[in-house]
Amino acid sequence: MSRQRKVALVGNPNAGKSALFNALTGARQKIANYPGVTVERKSGRLVLPTGEPVEMTDLPGAYGLDPTSPDEAVTSKVIRGEFAGEAAPDVLVVVLDASNLEQHLVFAQEILALGKPTVIALNMVDLAERDGLVLDAAVLAEELGVPVIPTVAVRRRGLADLGEAISNAGARHAGPGLTDLTPTERRVAAHAMAGAAILSESKRHRLHARLDRLFLHPWLGPLILLALLFVVFQAVFAWATPFADALEAGVGALHDGARAALPAGLLRDLLTEGVIAGVGSVVVFLPQIVILFAFILAMEASGYMARAAFLMDRMMATVGLSGRSFIPLLSSFACAIPGIMATRSITDPKDRLTTILIAPMMTCSARLPVYAVIIAAFIPNRDVGGGVGLQGLVLLTLYLAGIVGAMAVALVLRRSITKGAASGFIMELPKYQLPQLKDLAIGLWQRAWIFLRRAGTIIFMVTVVLWVLLNFPQAKPGESQVDVSIAGKVANGLAVVVEPIGFNRDMALALIPAMAAREVAVSSLATTYAVAAGDDDEAAQATELGDQLRHRWTLPMALAFLAWFVFAPQCMSTIAVTRRETNGWKWPSFMLAYLFGLAYVAAGATYWLAVWAGL
Amino acid sequence: MTLDVLPVGQAARIIAVHWDSLVSEEARRLQALGLEEGASVKVSHRGVLGGADPIAITVGRMIVAVRRVHAAAMQVEAL
Repeated sequence: MSRQRKVALVGNPNAGKSALFNALTGARQKIANYPGVTVERKSGRLVLPTGEPVEMTDLPGAYGLDPTSPDEAVTSKVIRGEFAGEAAPDVLVVVLDASNLEQHLVFAQEILALGKPTVIALNMVDLAERDGLVLDAAVLAEELGVPVIPTVAVRRRGLADLGEAISNAGARHAGPGLTDLTPTERRVAAHAMAGAAILSESKRHRLHARLDRLFLHPWLGPLILLALLFVVFQAVFAWATPFADALEAGVGALHDGARAALPAGLLRDLLTEGVIAGVGSVVVFLPQIVILFAFILAMEASGYMARAAFLMDRMMATVGLSGRSFIPLLSSFACAIPGIMATRSITDPKDRLTTILIAPMMTCSARLPVYAVIIAAFIPNRDVGGGVGLQGLVLLTLYLAGIVGAMAVALVLRRSITKGAASGFIMELPKYQLPQLKDLAIGLWQRAWIFLRRAGTIIFMVTVVLWVLLNFPQAKPGESQVDVSIAGKVANGLAVVVEPIGFNRDMALALIPAMAAREVAVSSLATTYAVAAGDDDEAAQATELGDQLRHRWTLPMALAFLAWFVFAPQCMSTIAVTRRETNGWKWPSFMLAYLFGLAYVAAGATYWLAVWAGL
Repeated sequence: MTLDVLPVGQAARIIAVHWDSLVSEEARRLQALGLEEGASVKVSHRGVLGGADPIAITVGRMIVAVRRVHAAAMQVEAL
């Protein structure tokens, strides 16, 4: 046979599929999307003990072939060979959680009824033993009529046997009594089979129950979550700083090196001012994203994430969302891009869309440089009592404004555009587990790679386009480049539009490059006000820029500028990701329109209120 | 008695489910998680910060979080 055989891992969520997949294929995995849908397709190469190479895919976890979520729909179609552009797998490996056979055998029977070559991986037998369960795989194999291989993915136990079973898996007929069963009949059969396979059982599930009594405690639980979130935020913003600084220095060195090595001209400017500066300004967020995902992946792998969703569900329910939206929104505080990607775990399509649409309102780290400069320039560093500084209070207000705005928008959307069946919250709370370093490392690497690939494609294109807009047509000697550029002309037009909300032309101009990345607004203002200070002297630059701003802007203008940045979709990458995740331009266009609308209203209201208050 | 008012820790069996009162995807999801007629259940945790939602139900060897509306559709008898 010339064609490489395809093997697919299937099973319930929490069967330890991903860990088994990581153990079998190592780090050589390919992550893409299934065509037309935003369900992740993970595949890798595996060489069987016979020397035969096969392509292995890790299908999304499913509870049955009758789908109740986009993920399950993909799994169901791929297994049946009905997914366009995706060949049907030749061998199915059903992954079962050995400590929860009564549940996992229900789906296994449904798969076996298809009559395809199948092997069963009785996974996590070590955890079953820890729970006091002694199992007989041979009994299960007898009952199911297919090989059953006990495995422990993290200790690589049973992997060779599994490989052997895969290469020997051949055509089989669905045994009588498997097909045409109702779900309830399958469950009864699953109980009987599990009962036969479990040789002995001693009650030792105390640990999970005890942890849940603490983590799901009605009052202590939320407090623990809050403390944990505090640590995560602290880590994202504090631990990342040295790495971000190093990256920034690296980008700066590359920038200077390229400037020195290349002959002066447009090409050099495009490369240094456009590509290196633009892509570099996004890449410096990599440390924050890696740290945030390290926490998120560890929380997921340990089983705590489902508990966090449980704790947050009631709060999210008040605006028509469910606990599942909590993680994506949390991620969005670092950057909306990974946040929007994380909405894939939300089963309800309308819940998911609503979450995507409000994610950009969570104050991402790119807004911080803008907030920091404006606040430092205009808000006096005064103690408002109790050791609380006025500057910090303003910063907190900006964060809260984003959260409150997002919740209000979610409430409105769920009653209008994304109205639909009441979003419920049904979620398995998996057993607690110690996260495995290797799985965390693979997951982190994949997240980082997706982010960098995006920086290299979408963000690269956007920065080049913006650079062209800012540099053409070329200024004659004595003219200011920004004034004659297309962007400058656009800013003139824009200035008329934003004048009613208190913005001057310089502010309008700063909004344009900030479309690539918000923090560019700062450097753009610095350029416009021709602040003379070297790149390496950022503190001096910020101070000097602050002086310039105080000189040219009034306090109401500055406050309006801050209010604008709370809501404005000043980041083309977010829009690009939204397009990808919603498969079209309809929702990103809507997102742009409503967020700009909100920003306009918020900035205007802030400006006129401040003027009226005599600030 | 319905599952949403079952006291925490009390073992019970689901004797009837009003599937029609649930959204069909959610009904199928509940069934796929073993919350159906005949299942032995126990309410393990109920509510956060003084509320009554959500509810963590132990069914078989699993813990499943649901909302009160789902639990209210399930008739149970204490064991």
